[in-house]
Amino acid sequence: MRVESADVYNSAQIQIRMIVNGQSMEATIEPRELLLDFLRDRLGLTGAKRSCDVQVCGTCTVLMDGRPVSACCTLVYEAQNRELLTIEGLADGDELHPLQQSFVEQSALQCGFCTPGMILTANSLLEEIPNPTRQQIQHYLKGNLCRCTGYWSVLEAVELAARRLQAEGQSEGSA
Amino acid sequence: MSEGIGHNVPRVDARSKVTGEAIFTGDLKLSGLLHGKVLRSPYPHALIRRINTDRAASLPGVVSVLTSTDLEDIDPYYGHSIKDRPLLAIDRVRFVGEPLAAVAAEDEVTAEQALSLIEVEYEDLPAATTLEEALSDDAPRLHETDTLRPGLFHGLGELNPDGNICYQHSIHRGDLAEAFKQAEIIVEQEYTFPAVYQYAMEPHTVIAAWEGKSVTVWASCQHPYLVRAELAELFDLPVASVRIIVPFLGGGFGSKSYTKMEPITVALARKARRPVRIANRVDEAMVTTRRHNMRCWMRTGALADGTLIARHVRLWMDTGAYADNGPRVVATAADAAPGPYRWKSFQVEAYCVYTNRPPSGSYRAFGATHLQWIGESQVDEIARQAGVDPVDIRIQNLLRPGEEVRPGGKALDADLVGDVQKIADALDWGSPKPPDTGRGLGVGLLAAGARPVSTAIVRMEIDGHATVLVSSTEMGQGVRTVMSQLASQELALPIEHIRVPGGDTWITPYDRSTGASRSTTLAGMAVHRAAREVRQQLLEIASQAFEVALEAIELRDGAAWRGDQSLSYSELIQFHFGFTGGELIGRGEVSPGGNKGSYAEGPVFWEVCVGGAEVRLDRDTGRLHITKLVSVADVGQAVNPDLVKAQEMGASMQGLGNALFEEMIFDEGQILNGTLLDYHIPTTEDMPDQFISRLVENEDGPGPYGIKGAGEGALAGVPAAIVNALADIGVQVTELPLTPERVWQALREAEAEHDDGGSPS
Ligand code: FES
Ligand code: FES
Repeated sequence: MRVESADVYNSAQIQIRMIVNGQSMEATIEPRELLLDFLRDRLGLTGAKRSCDVQVCGTCTVLMDGRPVSACCTLVYEAQNRELLTIEGLADGDELHPLQQSFVEQSALQCGFCTPGMILTANSLLEEIPNPTRQQIQHYLKGNLCRCTGYWSVLEAVELAARRLQAEGQSEGSA
Repeated sequence: MSEGIGHNVPRVDARSKVTGEAIFTGDLKLSGLLHGKVLRSPYPHALIRRINTDRAASLPGVVSVLTSTDLEDIDPYYGHSIKDRPLLAIDRVRFVGEPLAAVAAEDEVTAEQALSLIEVEYEDLPAATTLEEALSDDAPRLHETDTLRPGLFHGLGELNPDGNICYQHSIHRGDLAEAFKQAEIIVEQEYTFPAVYQYAMEPHTVIAAWEGKSVTVWASCQHPYLVRAELAELFDLPVASVRIIVPFLGGGFGSKSYTKMEPITVALARKARRPVRIANRVDEAMVTTRRHNMRCWMRTGALADGTLIARHVRLWMDTGAYADNGPRVVATAADAAPGPYRWKSFQVEAYCVYTNRPPSGSYRAFGATHLQWIGESQVDEIARQAGVDPVDIRIQNLLRPGEEVRPGGKALDADLVGDVQKIADALDWGSPKPPDTGRGLGVGLLAAGARPVSTAIVRMEIDGHATVLVSSTEMGQGVRTVMSQLASQELALPIEHIRVPGGDTWITPYDRSTGASRSTTLAGMAVHRAAREVRQQLLEIASQAFEVALEAIELRDGAAWRGDQSLSYSELIQFHFGFTGGELIGRGEVSPGGNKGSYAEGPVFWEVCVGGAEVRLDRDTGRLHITKLVSVADVGQAVNPDLVKAQEMGASMQGLGNALFEEMIFDEGQILNGTLLDYHIPTTEDMPDQFISRLVENEDGPGPYGIKGAGEGALAGVPAAIVNALADIGVQVTELPLTPERVWQALREAEAEHDDGGSPS
């Protein structure tokens, strides 16, 4: 059944389902509840951070069906029947994702507040464009602010991860 | 040892930061935690006639509503330099955004709703919302300046208050009038520098839990021990009853230095008798602290051959409604004003001015960022008039190591000529330039180190692993990695066997502060000494165990070696205690008392601020594109070269933002661009085409192995370089930031002047 939006804003509680980091779940939410608060306060997934509150800084970025969204300006309701990936779900157990690994190696972080959002946006970039030019990376990441690094190490880390992911893809393809 | 100093060890906190495991204050959960929200003044200056909190207090979910009447049992004023700030406004508000009440509720939405139910009756007062208004004869007075009380960490001599001036400071050398009489070239100009927002991405966040006669505070603060002292004084508690715990900081840059949201949070928790969290939003962070806007007049005199002889500077800094760190910013600006040259005479008069604007405090490279672009643009103008190359005029006039920088202060401890030459090399100085392209550089000094008071403890546990207890705050600069490396070096122990937890005033010992580029040099010295004590104990135990002289033993890779025989540290500790337990403890301290000489006269060291830039001007739009940015990190000795470079890049990009577009715009005390929608910081698309960073290691710092601090200088060097690069194209500006509109205006003026000068008369 489809819930009409007028009903959504009038009803006190809504049942939703979604998949978070590979696990399907159900929850009862309030219509105006923000995805960021839901993830941080209710699921304890505090990797997504709050900074600007106005969809400018990208530090609250999570992936919804693979696309970056600003959780600070997204209602939980919008995640109905969707698949969410937060930074907590990116590594494969103890093994870091190639982007995480390259961020560590290139010291592409300082305070680390922007890092989860930055990595998730970069992840969606590399899925879209596996071998991006530097300009494409700059363009794609312009909605993820970082006050610490000056971005140089971030670009290098994304390039390194792109090379590794491509090499992996090729060796898998030839095998 | 491959993980000691000089090596690019990966950051010890990197893994936790890429997985989302790293804990920041706002990520903490406490049972019974309440959410605090602050009611802030909508007026720049007004009397509070009446506050009625009844409706707010009776809203379901609200636990406490706090106003200044709840503070009658304490002396509610604080401020580390001047005790001018009430914890909540008392009878009067002095800036738009000033807290006057706070609510603690079960959730944030309820707390916010409660704020809207608080009724306040204001009576408008005339306001002084600009420097000009505040300094005028009939200006409304913000404070009774004759009765100002110095704060706990003032330490800057007499306040000399006067009207709305809360602090004045001057330095001088030689006979100024006489020196200017000899000058054959004189450049004189007025300048302005804007208010800037530090934008640490994590806004100030504090949790306080009041427990009878003590309080525990989790805070995003840079200086836990100074916050502890102010809270203890405010709430009349012994210092040991105030426990400050510092999780990871999402950036600091000075915005989290000294006391910010901690007093309100503690007062709210004290009233609610439950733990309370206050998490600022960005618009609140912007009215909590910012960089001083400034007006400056400068006059520089030189001989016809470009020899600099005299400089006179007057500057007025807008510290907002409360002093915060204003006096120190003003004193540091005064120190930076002459620039690192061999003057016959200079004089600087610097004023810290109250206005009805949000308070200003520290921001990376304060003082130097304000002054360096001004001083350096006058040096370049003199070079143009004297027909001397900008690099040559600096080589001709720069101070050499050992020369006096300012009367009574530490002599120069850096090779500035070498640094300038490195910048020039990286810019291909003298090579042909593409059209509409200019090159510029800037050099200056920043008084760094703050007070040299730091202590540290190193514990070596029974398994041979070590814990370094030091209260330096990890805010992104990499201090935990650096401390690990310093300990690794002395202990001959792999990094993965060393742990550096965050600051906790119940556990980690006293450190004055994390700022002024001091941690690696001073807290690092304390860690170095503490590790050395443990090293000495290990050697002594090994000498007993092997029954040989100390000198015959080598410490390597977590073990003591005598020839090819070895005992691990764990075995040595077991040998010593005769038991599978016990630990070795080393302590280290740094104090001016114990280190007369290099520390006795401030600053601890002069941080070098150099930068170079190549810029391209779009003549149609006034837009500047940075083709090359160069920084030189003159650090004595790099503990971790990659971390130094990372600091340089970050500081340079902030310098770029400060120079090109960052500005908090006020109208009658109200911020017009008070969110990130309107206040822009550099993004990936603002990056220069090339960034070059050079490392200089002359082992000339006061820290262990000749280390001295870094990480701020580039922020002062870059705007100076960009301003001079623009002047190299023929466009002189006297106001930052260099918005396209402003540059376009200056360009039109320069062209008009050029046309006038060129037309036959
Ligand atoms: S907090 Fe969501 S974009 Fe900034
Ligand atoms: S690492 Fe601090 S904001 Fe990016």
